Amino acid sequence: MKILVPVKRVIDYNVKPRVKADGTGVDLANVKMSMNPFDEIAVEEAIRLKEKGVATEIVAVSVGPAKAQETLRTALAMGADRAILVQTDDEVEPLAVAKILKAIADEETPGLVILGKQAIDDDSNQTGQMLAALTGRPQGTFASEVTVDGDSVTVKREVDGGLETVKLTMPAIVTTDLRLNEPRYASLPNIMKAKSKPLANKTPADYGVDIAPRLKTLKVSEPPVRQAGVKVPDVDTLVAKIKELGIA
Amino acid sequence: MDTETFDLFRDTVRRLVDERLIPAEDEVEETDNIPARIADQIREMGLFGLSVPEEFGGLGCTMSEEAAIIRELCRAAIVYRSLIGTTVGIGSQGIVMDGTDEQKAEWLPKFATGEAIASFALTEPEAGSDAGSLRTTAIREGDSYRINGTKRYITNAPRASVFTLMARTEPDVKGSAGISAFILPADTPGITLGKPDKKMGQKGAVTCDVILDDVVLPASAIIGGVPGRGFKTAMKVLDRGRIHIAAVALGMADRLLGMSLEYAMERKQFGQRIADFQLVQAMLADSKVDLLTIEALMRSVAARFDAGEKVSLECSALKYHASEAVGRIADRAVQIFGGAGYMAEYKVERFYRDVRLLRIYEGTSQIQQTIIAKNMIRAAEAA
Repeated sequence: MKILVPVKRVIDYNVKPRVKADGTGVDLANVKMSMNPFDEIAVEEAIRLKEKGVATEIVAVSVGPAKAQETLRTALAMGADRAILVQTDDEVEPLAVAKILKAIADEETPGLVILGKQAIDDDSNQTGQMLAALTGRPQGTFASEVTVDGDSVTVKREVDGGLETVKLTMPAIVTTDLRLNEPRYASLPNIMKAKSKPLANKTPADYGVDIAPRLKTLKVSEPPVRQAGVKVPDVDTLVAKIKELGIA
Repeated sequence: MDTETFDLFRDTVRRLVDERLIPAEDEVEETDNIPARIADQIREMGLFGLSVPEEFGGLGCTMSEEAAIIRELCRAAIVYRSLIGTTVGIGSQGIVMDGTDEQKAEWLPKFATGEAIASFALTEPEAGSDAGSLRTTAIREGDSYRINGTKRYITNAPRASVFTLMARTEPDVKGSAGISAFILPADTPGITLGKPDKKMGQKGAVTCDVILDDVVLPASAIIGGVPGRGFKTAMKVLDRGRIHIAAVALGMADRLLGMSLEYAMERKQFGQRIADFQLVQAMLADSKVDLLTIEALMRSVAARFDAGEKVSLECSALKYHASEAVGRIADRAVQIFGGAGYMAEYKVERFYRDVRLLRIYEGTSQIQQTIIAKNMIRAAEAA
């Protein structure tokens, strides 16, 4: 079975993002970028399925600028077998990515597509679901446990009330939640070997996908600064304050 | 290594340091041991193979690359480095530089994966800096050697699979010419380990005596197959090792100065942060200058070493400067932290003790000074 793992190059999770002065977006100049952490979990899960003998090949794919190649190299160093870069410098929205992924899935016919539930830059949480809709395949989102058995996959999902278990017939789409696994570090010898693994360069046009944005960003702004609190001497004052503020 | 690969490589080590090594520092200090899960992670990452050539399964780093990785690794307590230190450096490099093809084929692939840990056994109770006065003897008996003696403060001896052992093969030859380097597997009969040494710092690093009582090795165990060259091998290994130690100092300097600055900008006295007081600023500035001069000297010496230049004087100067400078940086860090800096719960107190060793091992500061001056005098006499 083949597994397709889409990965996104995003602002590193350790970096404190800064909004551009003109309010058009987040300033990415000279900012450290790395693989979306949820996608790292997806790569790890695919590798574990391959190590268990369930999967035979892992194909990593990224849609983004030329530098996204570094993110694909990281996936290859972790253990993916080959990579596809769909290169574009334009902004791509989840729908465009889902359409490109559908075209790649049609070509590659993976048994599973495993992807992060969302990317930490825009927090859209849409690509996996859109891909499922476009391909007409079942989806198991927010996975905290994935078990493949024959031609079906059981996904334990993290939902608001607790854990929900669903059984999907493959091919299927799985999106990863934080607690699915702890991704490995690429070993240094594997980083060197990743250089010689195949990486195909494509463009959205190769898949006949129109990536023009459907949404318009009006403004990006910093969250409001939190106001300092007030210390009160005793419970009576506290109650009076709460009443005064109209909270209770 | 191309830049993209090297950057990925360094980022990976950086993450290991921030996400695993730094959070486990207190555990290492309290238990005087590097937990197995951390040691495994270091091994799996391939760090033991930094200096082993690629053809033997290692990473084949240049000295500049090795130094950059060691600097990154040593932002975490430098005890972690000691786990790989002898295998990356003095314990294996003798075989890399002067070993026979058979010796390389047997040991280097195991060093590269960390399956075998190498240790370097030179120092003795009566011989430290004066390596020419070694007393451990290796007496030839037909096709083998019988070895007797005691080695002291041997780093990683309890973890070692193999020792690079320095012993006197020609008892009649005084000084360094009669010394040979042997590859001594740790399971050879006749080897006893002493009690673990209690040390000032670097809790979690293991050193002890290695006692050799009628240890018999085949003549083929001599590195390079020719007796009497042990000292020359050791000298070659040491140049590389000195750049490596400077990288250790630089990594810890990064950490200590980072902590000092952060603390100075948080701690308030007399109604303002102490970073705004000029006398504190002077300490921060002096530490920054110390750090930048280590960095600049290391870049230039490592690049010249990689270019094949003879840089023994410069290697000594770098090791001397870096180890002394990080000592000053650690001392200022304690001072900036004030009372907190003397307390064990803040890590500067621990790092202050840890870096003290850098001025002593792999050649004391005084030995480095002597090497520098002797090289200067020799060059002037030859001119």
